[in-house]
Amino acid sequence: MKDYNLENRRFVIGGVAVAIVLVYIVRLFTIQLLSDDFKKNADSNAFLKKIDYPSRGSIYDRNGKLMVYNQPAYDIMVVMNETKNHIDTLELCNALGITKSYFIKRMDDIKDRNKNPGYSRFTEQLFLSLLSDQEFSIFREKMFRFPGFYIQKRSIRQYTYPYAAHVLGDIGEVSPANIEDDDYYQPGDYIGKLGVEKYYEKELRGEKGIRIMLRDAHGRIQGSYRNGELDHRPVAGRDLTLSLDLKLQALAERMLQGKIGSIVAIEPATGEVLAMASSPTYDPRYLIGRKRSKAHKALSKDVWKPLLNRSIMGLYPPGSTFKTTQALTYLTEGIITPNTMFTCHHGFFYRGLHVGCHGHVSPLNLVEAISTSCNAYFCWGLYYMLGNRRKYGSVQNAMNRWRDYMVSMGLGYKLGIDLPGEKRGLIPNASFYDHAYRNAWNGLTVISISIGQGEINLTPLQIANLGATIANRGYFYTPHVVRKVQGLPLDTAYTRRHRTMASERAYRTVIAGMRSSVLKGTCRDLGRLPYAICGKTGTAQNHGRDHSVFMGFAPMDRPKVAIAVYVENGGFGADFAVPIAGVLFEQYMTGRLSPSAEHMAETLQHKRIAYGTHDR
Amino acid sequence: MAPMTGKQHNIFRSLDWWTVAIYVALLAFGWVSVCGAGYTYGDTDILSLSTRSGMQIVWIATSLFLGLVILLLDDRFYDTFAYVIYALLLLLLFLTIFNPHQIKGSRSWLVFGPLRLQPAEFAKFATALAAAKLMGSYGFDIRRWKHFAMACTIILLPMLFIVAQRETGSALVYIAFFLMFYREGMPGSILFTGIAMVVYFVVGIKYEDTPLLHTPTSVGVSVVMLLIQVFTAAMVGIYSRDRRLMWYLLGATAGLTLAAWLFSAYVIPFDTVPLQFAVSIAVIVILLLRWLRTRITTYALISLFTIGSIAFFHSADYVLNKVLEPHQRVRINVLLGLEDDLNGAGYNVHQSEIAIGSGGLRGKGFLNGTQTKLKFVPEQDTDFIFCTVGEEEGFLGSATVLVLFLLLILRLIRLAERQPMSFGRIYGYGVLSIFLFHVFINVGMVLGLTPVIGIPLPFFSYGGSSLWGFTLLLFIFLRIDAGRNLTRMR
Repeated sequence: MKDYNLENRRFVIGGVAVAIVLVYIVRLFTIQLLSDDFKKNADSNAFLKKIDYPSRGSIYDRNGKLMVYNQPAYDIMVVMNETKNHIDTLELCNALGITKSYFIKRMDDIKDRNKNPGYSRFTEQLFLSLLSDQEFSIFREKMFRFPGFYIQKRSIRQYTYPYAAHVLGDIGEVSPANIEDDDYYQPGDYIGKLGVEKYYEKELRGEKGIRIMLRDAHGRIQGSYRNGELDHRPVAGRDLTLSLDLKLQALAERMLQGKIGSIVAIEPATGEVLAMASSPTYDPRYLIGRKRSKAHKALSKDVWKPLLNRSIMGLYPPGSTFKTTQALTYLTEGIITPNTMFTCHHGFFYRGLHVGCHGHVSPLNLVEAISTSCNAYFCWGLYYMLGNRRKYGSVQNAMNRWRDYMVSMGLGYKLGIDLPGEKRGLIPNASFYDHAYRNAWNGLTVISISIGQGEINLTPLQIANLGATIANRGYFYTPHVVRKVQGLPLDTAYTRRHRTMASERAYRTVIAGMRSSVLKGTCRDLGRLPYAICGKTGTAQNHGRDHSVFMGFAPMDRPKVAIAVYVENGGFGADFAVPIAGVLFEQYMTGRLSPSAEHMAETLQHKRIAYGTHDR
Repeated sequence: MAPMTGKQHNIFRSLDWWTVAIYVALLAFGWVSVCGAGYTYGDTDILSLSTRSGMQIVWIATSLFLGLVILLLDDRFYDTFAYVIYALLLLLLFLTIFNPHQIKGSRSWLVFGPLRLQPAEFAKFATALAAAKLMGSYGFDIRRWKHFAMACTIILLPMLFIVAQRETGSALVYIAFFLMFYREGMPGSILFTGIAMVVYFVVGIKYEDTPLLHTPTSVGVSVVMLLIQVFTAAMVGIYSRDRRLMWYLLGATAGLTLAAWLFSAYVIPFDTVPLQFAVSIAVIVILLLRWLRTRITTYALISLFTIGSIAFFHSADYVLNKVLEPHQRVRINVLLGLEDDLNGAGYNVHQSEIAIGSGGLRGKGFLNGTQTKLKFVPEQDTDFIFCTVGEEEGFLGSATVLVLFLLLILRLIRLAERQPMSFGRIYGYGVLSIFLFHVFINVGMVLGLTPVIGIPLPFFSYGGSSLWGFTLLLFIFLRIDAGRNLTRMR
């Protein structure tokens, strides 16, 4: 059943193959034999590739204050083939300020293929990196005496202020893995290692320029190849404008001194991070240039982990600030109404289970419960929600419904901030408890999650973002620290609204509770400030002294800023977190500090918490 | 049942030694090139296992062994287990999507200690086998839509999974099977339409922002409009055998466009695209009128092609510029080799042209290429390996390589045509289509003629996966071919 008509199609296919090969041979013929330029340079000449490094983008704060810029530095390069035997080693060492043994070691290292896989005798190899202007000037005068040594202009980062080290990050030499991952990099190049320097590496780095020089058989440079037609100039990296407010950032870092903790401030209307402080911190200028590897090693060995950006990597129990999420969930699910009253006689007592509480009126409604931070109220809420079989069918379904609410508020998963290393925290679901308790659990077993204890873990960023969603009455934008990349539109991930599952009415009630908390509840201290602050304190229990937490926003209508303050082992929320937040609110709302606030900031700055060195 | 030794004897007598000879020649040439690409001055030990050239010897040796094993297996094995092999590799491809290990942004590499395997390379032979099995089955007719769709599904599944591994280049290779479909009876117009769409897209998008001299006309859009008209006229000539109308259309459209370009360039600058658009509408109207008058459906189908072409081009343009977000657009442009923004694809091509050009007639000799030594050319021992051939072996060497590939493909066509069973023929065409596609894209990209799509040059590019994959493809076919007489007796 051969189809002879189809069989002829082999000639079409064979013809296509012949045609392709013919076209390619003609093309080869043109570029290899007809084009004069290539032929002239064919045998004896070689090309020398000179790389021009682009300047890395600068970084500004939201008000245009320069935070990170470039400073010239110089690399000394060597072409081994040209150095042979005619160099006064001693003079070279003097000019560069190195010892002879270091010189010998360095030369051996360069030739060692295990340490320097890209080695070639004929190309420039990095000999010494990042000499400053002064170090370099002595060498430049004598350079003509050292054939085979060249200069490569580079730049190092400089920082105008000692703040925001975790957000800014730093740059360092590329690792072999970086080179493997991206052809752009060559050994000795720099790459962002932390913070926005890492996250925005592609935008910041620009594009290297290349000059192709011709040299003759003796290695002498004869000029540029084809009059520089194929060269291309470096393209400078793009500048970044951060969303940080430098003054607020500086103040936040100042008040965290001597404490472990984190502060995050977000502009609810945009998701822009106004301040992100993590303590202990370090001066970004510490990690510059040649000192970097040593300094970095020292920091990474420090038991207090100053390199850790606790704002996005620290996992903390949110404590009572979490009660807002509970109120929103119960209200929207119809478990309670704003008028539902629960009793609380110094805690939640049920079948031998006891969750303590402090003295306040009883019974009380939701606004009062938020205001006084009543534990029992929220325990009852969770108890009724998880126990509602008629609505959910099983405790598992109820639990997962609860989890969906938490997730919709940006908890339990990475928010997607534009910084590397963000942690997702922990919001348990039904299968988590099925696994932990072998299916034998109910609302009472997990009751402590209703007050932000137990398994719940959040990052300070998530707590601040929770404040922003409440301020927005039910939605948030993914928090981000860069508000503008020069010449590029903002990533749409940061301009998309994420709605939570809770209703707007529920938000209004919770906001009333948070306002009441400021006026007459747990954060009374903020009541004297004129910006209509809404807040919620937290006192998170842990195996040491309680953590001091605050989450809030201001003003109540048209909110401009949402703040989370977390001070490890700071005691009651009102001890540290609330006064710190008060100073920050004043700074951001008025742009400066009144003398009394300045005094308060001073006091807080010098208060130290004694942390033992155990279990660090 | 013949005794074991007798059968083996038969196999090696009926084996096509010509193909084996070309295969070995290509392997040898390929190894020399990998040496050239990996070698740096002062590094004399090209046989050491720590170098790429040394490792390539290992891959070559294992490939030869693999080839031998395949020859010793029963040829009915592939026919019988075609679907099983296909299903297993599909599963592997699917699992690879979730591979946590990324290399250069692609998840397609499975890493086992020092060994890196790319399942996408092995899926080619499995897909060819499955397609051959399906299309060789009794009663299969690719001209029936249902059957055509089934054959397409076999090809699209692995493509889909490979795209999900972010290895789009390897996925595009599967398009080559349409050449085999064509041999098996797929209407030529489908192949032609497909090629036309690719041409519109690449030409149109690449030169969209290039103005014609100083006029507001966009070269890309204008040329695509002209191409659509020329293709339409050619189809009229070929399918409705109406030579007069063809010349009439060709003359009118090309003449008008040319006149418009000249008028726009030298008299009054204006955008010629709307005029060309109007001409296209006129062509469509003429075809439709002719259809209504003669009742020959071919005219209607051709006008449908014209309308479809215009619609496709404009919607592609619209989707690219309006619907997609900026970063997605950049990715597509980079894939097509239109944007050298990310890792400088345009720059790479330029460098590879310099390298090849500097080779001259005879080349600089083994290990003497300066361009490749000085690391000008990226991926020089994988995707851009042909540069090294061009630089070190010159025009003579690189033309020889191309001729060897051509001979291989022509030889495979001959072998495929002599198969008594359609299974063997279809598989053979699958194999040769894949080789042709790889050579076409890879060499074309190095020579700056086709978009930069990162796929290897068979038997040349460094790497075990691709070498094993190509050896499997080829030797399974050789095994099937060697058994052709036995099959006939069965």
